[in-house]
Amino acid sequence: MTDAPDTQKEDTVWVEHEALIDRIPRWVAMLGLFVIVVAIWDLATARMAWVSPIILPSPGETFFDLIFVGKNLIGGEYMLVALWTTTKTVFWGFLIATTIGFSLGVLVGETKFGERAVMPYLVAIDTMPKVAFAPLFIAWLGFDIASKVALAAFIATFPIVVSTAAGLYAASENERMLFKAMGATRLQTLVRLKLPTGLPHIFTGLKIAAVGVMAGAITGEFLGGGKGFGALIRQSASQMDTPRVFALILYLSLLGLLLYFTVVWVQRRFVFWNKSERPGGVG
Amino acid sequence: MSMAEPRPLTPSPVAERRPVYEIERLSKTYARNRLIALTDVNLTLHKGEFVSVVGSSGCGKSTLLKIMSGLLPPTKGRVVLEGKPVTGPRVDIGMMFQQATLLPWKTTVENILLPIEIREGRAAAQAARPRAMDLLQLVGLGDFATVYPGELSGGMAQRASICRMLISDPAVLLLDEPFSALDELTRDFMNMELQRICAERNATAFLVTHSLAEAVILSDRILVMKPRPGRIVEEIVIDLPRPRTLEMINTTRFGEIVGHIRDLLGKEAFV
Ligand SMILES: Nc1ncnc2c1ncn2[C@@H]1O[C@H](COP(=O)(O)OP(=O)(O)OP(=O)(O)O)[C@@H](O)[C@H]1O
Ligand SMILES: [Mg+2]
Repeated sequence: MTDAPDTQKEDTVWVEHEALIDRIPRWVAMLGLFVIVVAIWDLATARMAWVSPIILPSPGETFFDLIFVGKNLIGGEYMLVALWTTTKTVFWGFLIATTIGFSLGVLVGETKFGERAVMPYLVAIDTMPKVAFAPLFIAWLGFDIASKVALAAFIATFPIVVSTAAGLYAASENERMLFKAMGATRLQTLVRLKLPTGLPHIFTGLKIAAVGVMAGAITGEFLGGGKGFGALIRQSASQMDTPRVFALILYLSLLGLLLYFTVVWVQRRFVFWNKSERPGGVG
Repeated sequence: MSMAEPRPLTPSPVAERRPVYEIERLSKTYARNRLIALTDVNLTLHKGEFVSVVGSSGCGKSTLLKIMSGLLPPTKGRVVLEGKPVTGPRVDIGMMFQQATLLPWKTTVENILLPIEIREGRAAAQAARPRAMDLLQLVGLGDFATVYPGELSGGMAQRASICRMLISDPAVLLLDEPFSALDELTRDFMNMELQRICAERNATAFLVTHSLAEAVILSDRILVMKPRPGRIVEEIVIDLPRPRTLEMINTTRFGEIVGHIRDLLGKEAFV
C-alpha cells in the first residue's frame, strides 16, 4: 500500500457552499426586494383593501402623483419654486454648519481652552432636543427662510464639531514625534499632519450633518410655514392627500441624496489615500 | 522589487577620537508617574563612531534617545552636541523610529522632502528634489519616487525613512529599533546598507536595538543597560575588523561576543 503511486491518491476536495445572495448581483437583489415590497403593498391596498387609502395609498396612486409632481417640477411651476426654496435652505444651513462646526472643532481639538472650557457646553447643548429651539428661531428671525436655515445649521453643527475634534486627535504618537523632531511649528503640525489625518473623521461628520441639515430644514418648514417643500407636504397632509405626500417625500429624498453623495464625492477626491475600502485599487 | 546591490565598501576610517556627543550625569524622572527612567547616564560619542544600546524592555533606551534628540527635556544632567547644548530638536540630528511613519497623502519623494518643506518651505523642498532622487537611488528606490507609501513594502518604507533622515545631512543619526519590524533577510540587507551609508558620510550613529547580532555586526561599542532605574552597566568594544560582512555572523568570535552580552543581560532581558 505504501508503494502506491501518487496518482491513486485522491485530491482533497473542498465543497464550498456559496450563499445564494452572494451569487446574484447587487442590483438584481435590490430590484427583487423592490418588486416584492411593491407587490405586497399593492396587495394590501389596491387588491384586498386591507388598509384605507387615506392611511396608505396604493402604488398606482402614488405613481400617478409621482408623475404629476414630476411634471410640475419639470414645468418649473410652484412645486419647483418650493423645492428651490428648500434647496437654498439646505445649502446655506450646510455651509453655515460646516463653517461653525469646523471652527469649533479645531478650537476644541487643538486648544486646551476649547477642550476644557468649551466642550462641556457643547455637549450640554448637544443633548438638548434641538428641534425645540425652532419657535425661538422663528421669533428671532421671522417666518422667512432665515429661521429655517438657522434651525438646519443648528442641528448639523454638532456632528461636525465632534468629528473634527476627534479627527485632530487621530494622528499617531509616532507622527507627532516625527513633526516635533523636524522642528514643525504648532500651525504646521495642525495643517500638514493633524488635519489631513483627520479628514476621514471630518467627512464622516459631514455625512451625518448632511442628513441632519435636511431634517432641520423640513422641520423648520413644518413649524414655520413659508414657501418650502416642507410647507407643501404639510398642506397635502392636512388635505388627507396621502399619495401626494408620498410623492413629495420621494422627490425630497432626492435632494438629501444629492447632498449626501456630493459629500461622498468630495471625500473620494480629497481622501484618495484611504483605499482600504477599495480592494485592489491602485492610483 | 529589486534591491540595489550593496556597493563595495571602502574601509571605514578609524573613528577619530574627537568627541561629538557628550552626555553627563543624565537623569530622567517622568513627573506623571514619578518613574525613574534613567539615573546618572554618562556617555561620549566620537566622530564617525557607531554605538549601540541593548537592554531589556522598559530600561529607558527610548527615553535616552528622546533626550539626546531634544524631544524630551532631561530632569538632570548635560547633553551637548558639537559644543552646543541640546535644548530642542535640531537640524544636525537625524532620527529614525521603529515605524517608517510616511504620510500616506504624500508620494515617497515628497515624504523625503518633508523635513526641508517644514524647515525651509516649499520652494526649498522643490530645489532639493534632485538630491532626494539621488538618495532614493542610493537605497534602490529610484523607481518608487512618485508612488504613494501605501504601495511600499515594510522594508521599502524603512529605506524611504532612511532617506528622509539623510536629506538634511545630519551629523549624528539616532536610531530607535529602526529595523525591528522587518523580516530577518531584509534586516540583514538594511544593516549592510546602514553600514555603507555611515561609512560614506563618516556619520556618528547611535542605535537602539533588541537584536544582539545587529548590535554586534554594526557597532564599534555596545552599551548594556539595566532597568529600574535605567542605567548603563557595561561597555563592550567590538574588535571585529571593518568593513563588516554578514559572513562574520558565523565566526566563533562573533558567537563569543553575542554570548557574552547575553550573559550580561541575564534573566532580566526576558522579564
Ligand atoms: N511618557 C512617559 N510617561 C511616563 N512613563 C514613561 C513614559 N515613557 C516611558 N515611560 C516609562 O519609562 C520606562 C522606560 O521607557 P522607554 O520607552 O525608554 O523604554 P525602552 O527601553 O525604550 O523599552 P522598549 O525596549 O520596550 O522600547 C518604562 O518603564 C516606561 O513605562
Ligand atoms: Mg523603546
